[in-house]
Formats: sequence, structure tokens, C-alpha cells
Amino acid sequence: MLGFALRRLVQALIVMLAVALIAFSMFRFVGDPVNQMVGLETSIESREALRESLGLNDPLPVQFARFIGNAVQFDFGTSYQFRQPVADLFAKRIPATLELSFTSALFALIAGIPMGIYAGLNRESWLSKLFLSVSLIGISLPTFFIGILLIFLFSVTLQWLPSFGRGDVVEIGSWWTTGFLTVSGLKALILPSITLGLYQMTLIMRLIRAEMLEVIRTDYIKFARARGLSNRVIYLRHALKNTLIPVITITGLQLGSIIAFATITETVFQWPGMGLLFLQAVQNVDIPVMAAYLILTAFLFVSINFIVDILYFLIDPRLRVKQA
Amino acid sequence: MSVLSIDNLTVSFPGRKSTFTAVEGVSLTLEAGKILGVVGESGAGKSTVGNAVIGLLQEPGRIAAGEIRLDGERIDQMPEASLRKLRGKRIGMIFQDPLTSLDPLQTIEAQLVETIRVHLPLSPAQARQRALELLKAVGIPGAEERLSQYPHQFSGGMRQRVVIALALCAEPELIIADEPTTALDVSIQAQILELLRKLCRERSVAMMVITHDMGVIAELTDQVAVMYRGKLVEHGPTAQVLGHPSHAYTKSLISAVPRPDVRVERFPSVSYIEEAAAPSSTIDLSTHWLGKTRNFASAGGPLLSLSGLSMRFETKSSVFPSRRRYFDAVKSVSFDIMEGETFGLVGESGSGKSTIARLITGLYHPTGGSIRFAGQELTALKERSQILAMRRQMQMIFQDPFSSLNARMRVRSIVAEPIKFHRLASSNAEVQQIVGDLLDHVGLGAAAGDKFPHEFSGGQRQRISIARALATRPRFLVCDEPTSALDVSIQAQILNLLKDLQEELGLTMLFISHDLAVIRQMCNRVAVMRNGELCELADCERLFTSPEHPYTRQLLTLMPSMELLAASPQG
Amino acid sequence: MRRSGQDQTNPAARPVLNRILDSDLTHSFLRSKVTVAAATGTLLFFLAALLAPLIAPHDPFDLAGLSIMDARIPPVWMEYGEPRFLLGTDDQGRDLLSGILYGLRISLIVGACSVFAAAAIGIFLGLIAGYAGGKTDALIMRIADVQLTFPAILIALLVDGAVRGIFGNLDREVFSFWILIFSLALSFWVQYARTVRSSTLVEKNKEYVQAARVTGIPSIIIMVRHILPNVLGPVLVIATINLALAIVTEATLSFLGVGMPSTQPSLGTLISIGNDFLYSGEWWIAIFPGIALALLVLNVNLLGDWLRDALNPKLR
Repeated sequence: MLGFALRRLVQALIVMLAVALIAFSMFRFVGDPVNQMVGLETSIESREALRESLGLNDPLPVQFARFIGNAVQFDFGTSYQFRQPVADLFAKRIPATLELSFTSALFALIAGIPMGIYAGLNRESWLSKLFLSVSLIGISLPTFFIGILLIFLFSVTLQWLPSFGRGDVVEIGSWWTTGFLTVSGLKALILPSITLGLYQMTLIMRLIRAEMLEVIRTDYIKFARARGLSNRVIYLRHALKNTLIPVITITGLQLGSIIAFATITETVFQWPGMGLLFLQAVQNVDIPVMAAYLILTAFLFVSINFIVDILYFLIDPRLRVKQA
Repeated sequence: MSVLSIDNLTVSFPGRKSTFTAVEGVSLTLEAGKILGVVGESGAGKSTVGNAVIGLLQEPGRIAAGEIRLDGERIDQMPEASLRKLRGKRIGMIFQDPLTSLDPLQTIEAQLVETIRVHLPLSPAQARQRALELLKAVGIPGAEERLSQYPHQFSGGMRQRVVIALALCAEPELIIADEPTTALDVSIQAQILELLRKLCRERSVAMMVITHDMGVIAELTDQVAVMYRGKLVEHGPTAQVLGHPSHAYTKSLISAVPRPDVRVERFPSVSYIEEAAAPSSTIDLSTHWLGKTRNFASAGGPLLSLSGLSMRFETKSSVFPSRRRYFDAVKSVSFDIMEGETFGLVGESGSGKSTIARLITGLYHPTGGSIRFAGQELTALKERSQILAMRRQMQMIFQDPFSSLNARMRVRSIVAEPIKFHRLASSNAEVQQIVGDLLDHVGLGAAAGDKFPHEFSGGQRQRISIARALATRPRFLVCDEPTSALDVSIQAQILNLLKDLQEELGLTMLFISHDLAVIRQMCNRVAVMRNGELCELADCERLFTSPEHPYTRQLLTLMPSMELLAASPQG
Repeated sequence: MRRSGQDQTNPAARPVLNRILDSDLTHSFLRSKVTVAAATGTLLFFLAALLAPLIAPHDPFDLAGLSIMDARIPPVWMEYGEPRFLLGTDDQGRDLLSGILYGLRISLIVGACSVFAAAAIGIFLGLIAGYAGGKTDALIMRIADVQLTFPAILIALLVDGAVRGIFGNLDREVFSFWILIFSLALSFWVQYARTVRSSTLVEKNKEYVQAARVTGIPSIIIMVRHILPNVLGPVLVIATINLALAIVTEATLSFLGVGMPSTQPSLGTLISIGNDFLYSGEWWIAIFPGIALALLVLNVNLLGDWLRDALNPKLR
């Protein structure tokens, strides 16, 4: 177990290093950092002084090492557009994005898993056909268009729910703000979470259905039938558990990508999260913010994958013994 | 009263073009404590009979006519809910592949206990006690510790024992075993057959064994039912059916079974197979394309000589040399193969026999030792032209007729590829003519070239493989289990073809098989392998009449006895 | 039970067309009404895109023909609608129907090009990784893993930001198209590479490949002539589903303002323009292009779904 976890950890670190390298190259080679930081009227001497103080004249490996050292301490430099430390900008927005992502992930899992199981087991029933058709529409409608439709229906036409922002938020501690504790905050969460979670929900549902269909064809399910077990036991005890292994992997990946997809939803609903910040950074070529976003999302992604691998290990006895 | 009686059973599978009748008008009865064998070749419908009895026909199959009775009670029309109570409780089932029959994520205990408790009113503790007794009854040593293990921790033979224990959970009256030993090695197969026989006698269970293997029938059964294309052609006591077959199909089937106790020159040609035509002409090597440039350097001595050949695979890689794990598939093996002989290599799975074939043909590079072919050291060859010249002289025929041909190429292109690649013909017209000739010669007819591989049956595909192997005008042919995926009657045809070709073309052959009976029919000399080592090397007849190595002797005693079988016409 | 060729007495004699018409694939296609409808729909969309200059009532790129007086006219069936503009006009007075037809064209071209590029890269790397194995395989697959860490949208946004950082704000009208294709291909190749690699691993160990190796045929020919045709089935499925995904991603990027510029609007650009007028009641500017986009993607997805099931031997 420990060896397995360690090996995965090393792999995760390598991925993070690769991502850091990309982020560093962006920071260092896309445009001149000094030109971005100073005004046009700054003299060449003070530019040189700034260059020296930023360490841009050092050998590249030294600069990369310093970049990583800073990144580990959450120091990503100063935003070109806001002239503020990047870390502060993110700290203010991380709670918004995490709350949105968490709610939509929950929605995707709670709705997607039972629907998938049902559709896999009752392949021919009208309800599974309905689920499948709805899921196909869910996959075909672009996320932003779903958002627009929801706004048009529930905000513009019916005026039930707000179309932008987080509503009222409550501060918890010095740096976390939550919308979970106020009515307007919860109301503001509904449309964005559905928009963001719908696509993941359909994917999860279709995946579980496909895996179920596959598992049901295996010999051990056939043998379980020949042993006289009831359908309920066969499906829930044998089929579902075997379905879980691939499902966990893909679901892990999907949940990770929710954070990245949040960019779109945050734009549509003007949600004050990291994604919106990132998009503004892309439009204004604010490289430090882009680099920081890249590293942050990669970190979240890699952590989720790491957890998934460990889960995998706990579910599948074949892996456990091989390593022991 | 019979435990099982099947009356006029017909099972059909409605398809989009027509309805396929898999079983037609089959009637059988089976008494308690007796073992009934249902034997037939692929497509005979034998498994369908078993599935129909337990009510698990594959979609869209259905029972179109007839009755199935268990202890006189009609079960073919029972609703699913009552049938489910029957399965496992009164009818147990054993499938072919023990590796896939068990849920990989549940312990043996969980699977046994759930099955017991579905059928018997026992507490969890009592059920566990019963599971333990069952594991002991099917001969699993250390049952107490093994109960909490997962399926992958058991070997193939042990897993099949667990499967049998699962089938016995509720003391059923009837057990249906569908090819219960086909996926197992001979030594394991003998143990499982022994176990099945013992259980059947002790518990006076009626057992229906479905198999393609005459050996299993001869060893295990009291009665046998022979099926051909969905119909029951012969039914009676095993000794009578095997010893004095009355139906022409049974006769031809029995004559096609290779016998370990007798060597025949050729298998009788069987009237029940319509797949091959006789070649239109025999080959005169002095004028035929296959004979051209056959002036191979004859060095005297052996054609192929292996000495100290070793192959080691890395099973676990690591940065640290001390933590790497290896598997020695071949451990310092040496033998010579003389020009013109058929050399047999026999052994169970994992003995390294296929690895040797792949080392000789260059698919693997040995980790040690030497391979000399016609006086040339193959492992030392560096230049591409030299390597190609060697490759051309050696060809290989593989086991699986379904994966050994590229499904996306026409047969013509498959056979032509080696000719074109080695530039063995001067024009495209000549290539086409040679391909037609070769296909004709392996009994398919030149017109077969326009088709794709999926339009042929297994035996026909193996003929295409042979034609492809001949297309480089080889001197040496490696046959790796060339018939083990085929039905017996087709196997007999392919073995005949290989014998004919060897005679006509003066080929040297390395013939690899797990089946001693086949080896005896084909080979001049035989090497016995076990765990990557050579145990014994002897003339074929000597090996079968007076084996020296204990392992060889053990293998020979494990062979199903075929004494019951009717003497084949030449034998 | 094995399949045997016995029921087909002489298939070589039958014309190829008949054989195609009689194949299981054709049959499963004709049996599914939804699939036939989806195929027809997809075909219509492609035709409409192809013939846009001929069938569009107006030329949305002809700036001289635009009049601000025509801006934001509702669809013809609503009050103040005009028969000249069947589906109404956008904020610059462009005819929405013509805009949609031309937008469809751009969306489809971007989608198809990026799918081709991604498939070419992915198949190439997947074949090499699967066949060569060892360090080559490890290297390619590690790159693929890092790549997988980022969803397509993120990669495209980063590439867009980086390109703008390097070249300054260059002429978007010229380069947007290529940046889009580059970033889409960069995000989608991994899926092809992984699929082709795993199929190649399976095919490589099949005996027909070993037979070719025994004959001495060089690896490159084995890969192209023997393995490639056998791994194309799943690639076709991915490519179809990917086309839908590429169109959606392109639309999303254009919506976010980093895709096609408003002078060369794709469907996404049109929706993005319309989004600003949603609250003021001019809903048609966003909704009609959105419906066109959704229908197109839905049709392609339906086709892909059917293809995946039809080509999957396990589901037969």
C-alpha cells in the first residue's frame, strides 16, 4: 500500500513539475515581464534595476527553481492588470469557484449514478430511453447555451432566480466566504450549478449504463444467475461493484474538469470565481494570473487523481495483493 | 423415475434473415447417480441443450417445442421467479472457464455463503460452516485460510474446484457441467474429472457433462449422446456407443480422434466434412514453382541446432537491479532437428514450448545460447539481407485460426504478400498464378482468393495459413499447436494435409502440441518440456512404449484411456 | 458457436454494392429510424453549409449592404417583423438566417479541420507508442497524461493567451482560424492516441502480425498495412463524436471571446453577440443560432452513438 501510494505520489510530482515548466516558460518567454510591469516612461536604468531585482538575469535553471520555490509558497508574482499580488486575487475568488464546483459535482453524482444504474439494468424500458434521450440533449447543448436558456427562462421570463452573482455571502474566518448560509446565496447557486453539472451528469449516467451493460454480459454474472441468486443481489452486490472501478476513474477526471469548465459558467452568470479571473487574464494577456491558474487547476486535478488511485486500490483486491 | 427427462426439445434463435434452429427434436433421460455425456463438435447445439434445461438461453433463443421435466415436474414453461428457485437449489451448473466464472471482487466465502443462504435456511455462522465443508469436499487444502481469499489468489484448477463447490451448495439433484475441463492442463483435467466422478457417486447426483472431448466421455460418463448440427444422432451406454458406433457420423468422429496408443499413417477421410476439395494435381518438385531454387546448402549434420538456449523475461521492472523480478521461460535447452524429420515438442502450458518456437523464428531474441540453422548462427546475423534470407527459409503456422489472418485483407493479398516481399516471382501475373496454385493445393480452390478470411470456417482458415507459410518456399516449418483450436474431424484433415505436404515438399517440421496423441501421429522424434527445461528426448515410438523420465510417465498415465473407442480402420 | 462462411455460398460473385446493402451495418442503420433521421439531418446541415453563398438571402460579409436602420428587427411572424429578414436581424442589421448559414459553414470547417489534425497526430503517435513499446511508449503516454490534466477549453484559452502574448494583438481575422484549429487539435489528439495505442497493443500480439514478422516484413509496413486498417473502427467512432465536441468547443471559445471574430462569425460568435441583448427582449439573436448549433451537434452525436454501438461486437 505504502509503496503504491509513494509511486503514485512521485508520478503526480512529475506531472506537477511538467506543468510548472509550462507555466514558467509562459511567464518567462511570452512577452517581456519587465515591459508589462512598468509604464512607457520608465528609464532604461530603472528597467534594468527591476530586471536585476526580479532575478531575470540569472541562469534559467536558477530562475525555474526560484519560480517553483515561490509557487510552493503560493507566491505567483504581481498581476499585470490589477497591480496586486496574484495570490490575493485568487484567495478572494477560490471560495466562489469551489462552492460552485462542489454543488454541481454533488448534483452530477446524485442524479447521474441512479439514472445510469437504472438505464443499464432496464435497457428497453421507456424511462431509460427517456434518460438516454435527455442525456443526449445534455451532451449536445453547449454549456454556455444551457446557461443562456436557463437565464432566459427563469430569470428574464419568470423572474424566479437571479441571473448573475453570488447573492449575499457570509464571511467565515478571515478568508472564506460562503453563499450556503443565506437564502439569496442559495438561490444564486441553483442555475449555475445545474448549468455546470448537467454535462457531467449525463456523462456519468452514460458511462455507468455502458459499464453495467458490459458487466452483465460477463461469465460471473451468468454463473451468479445459474446459482439462483435474485436479480437484486446480482445487480447490486456483483454488477455494481465491478462497474465502480472504471466509473471511479472517469468520474474523477470529470470532477476535475468541472473546475476548468467553471470558467464558462462563471462567464455566463458573472460568478466572481477563479474562472472569470482567468478569462479576463487571457483577454488582457495577464501572464502571472494565467500561470497561477494553470498551476492551481493542475494541482487540484492531480490531487483528485491521486485520491482516485487510492480508492481504486481499496476496491480492487487484485491490486492489493499484487503489491503486498 | 428419471431425474431429468427431455422430450423432443427444439430450440430456435429467430434472426433477421431466418430462424436458426440450434437444437431439433432432442430426447434424453438421466437417472440419479449417473453421468450423461453430450458430445459434439462446435455448432452441434450441445451447450444450448444445457442452457435450455437451466432456463438461461442466450437472447433471442427460445424453446420452440418439447418438454423438459425435473423429477417428473415440467420446468420448461415455468415462470422466471420459480425457475430462479430451481437454479442452484435443484440444478447446479459448472461453466468452462474458471478464470471468469467467479466475481473478482468478492471473497470465496462471500460467494459461497450468499449462495447457501439463498437456498437453505441457515444462519451466517452455519452457512460459513457449510462453505468450509464444501471446500474440503472438493479437495481444497487449507480450506479455513482460503475461505477469506479472493478468486485471483487461486490457480485455475483450484478455481474450478471452487466453482464446483458453488454448484454443490444446496445439494442439487442435477448438475450440468459445460466443458468443465477444457480450459485446464491435462494433469489438472484428470484431477477434476476424478473429483466430478467421486461427487456424483457419493452424493448420487445426476450429471450432464457437455464436451467436445472424446477422452472426457470415455473417462467419465456412463451414457453418451452424440449431437450433430442440432440433432441427436446416437444415444446409449458409453461403452456401446464408443465401441460399436452405429451412426455414420459417430463412426467418422471416432475415427478422427487421434489415439495415443496407436499410430496411423493417415486419418481416414471423413464424409461428414464438406469443407475441403482434393487438390487438382500433385506437385512435381522438379518443375513446380515450389521446387525452384531449392538448392539449399546441405551441410550434412542437423538442419537446426539449439544449444544452451535461454530466455528470461522481466516480470517486474525497477530502477534497482536487486528489485527486478524475472521469469525464466526457457532454461538452457539444447536439441538438434535433422533435415526432413518432424520433431515434436510437447508440454503443458507454461512449459516454454511456444517460447522456443518464437525464439527460432526470430520473434524473440534469446538471452543466452545459440540457434544454428543450416550451419548459420542466427543470433549473430547482423545484415538485413542475410536475416531476410533466413526468414524466407523458415515459416510458422499459428494456433488461432481466427487471429492469424488479417481480417481486412483478401485471402489473395494475404498469400501474395510474402511472395512479393521476397521477390519470388517475376511478374504480377506469376504471383497470381502461384497464389491460385497454393490455394488449390491446400484444398481451397483458387477462387478462394477473392474472399475475406471471415467467410471461412476455422479449418479452412488454417489451410489459408498453411498456404501463406508455403508462399516463401520454406525449408523449415514451425507448427505451434496448429490444430488445438479445431474440432477433431477438422483436426484430422489438417494433420493429413501437413503430412502430405511434408512428404511432397521434403519439409522439415517442428511440431508443437500439448496433446500427446497428436504428437504420436505426427512426429519422428519428441522432446518433452516442463517449466522451461527439457525432460526427455526420444524417438516417438520409444517415448510412448518405454518412457524414461518420471514426468513423461506421469503425462502418459494422465491421458484419458481410449480403449473403449472402436478400432479405427487402419489401426 | 462459431461464425462460418457456409451460408454464403459465393459472395465473390455478388456485386460489391449488394454486399454493402446487405451488410449488418446497413441493416442496423436502416432499422433505427432515429439514426436515419440523424444522418439526413447531418447531411442537410453539411449541404446548407456548403451551399451557403447560394442559398443565403443576404451576404453578411458585404458591409456595404448593411444598414443600421435594419438592426434588431424581430422574426417575420412577430410584430415589426419584416419579410426580408425571415429570422430577424442582429445589432448591426445583418440577416440572422444568412448569418446562421455562414456561421454553420465556419463552425463545420473549424470542426472538421481540427478533427482531421487531431486524428492524424493521435493515430501516428498511438501506432508508434503501441508498436514500439518501451521507452517510446512511456514518453508519449506521459505527455498524453499531462495533456489529459487539462480540458480542451483550458488548453485553447492558454494557447490563445500565449499566442497573443508572443505576437502582440495581431490581426485576429487572419489568425483566429488557425489558432482555433491548433488548440483544438492539441487538446483532442490524446484520445486518438490512447485508443489507437491500446488497439495496437492488442493487434500487435495477434498471430497475423507475428506471421508477418516471421516473414521478415519491416515494422513500418506492418504498422501501415496490417495494424492500421484493423484499428480504424474505434477511430471512426471517436472522430464522429469528436466532431460534435469540436463544434461545441469552438462555439464556447467564440462565446468567451477568444474564438472567431465578429467579422467572421461562427455560430458561437453569433450567440455571444445575442447574449448581450437577451435582457432587452431581443431574444432571437442568441436563441436561433443556439438552436441551429444544438441541432447540428445533436445529429452528429446521434450518428456517433449509433456507430459506436454498431461497431462494438460485444453488443451484438
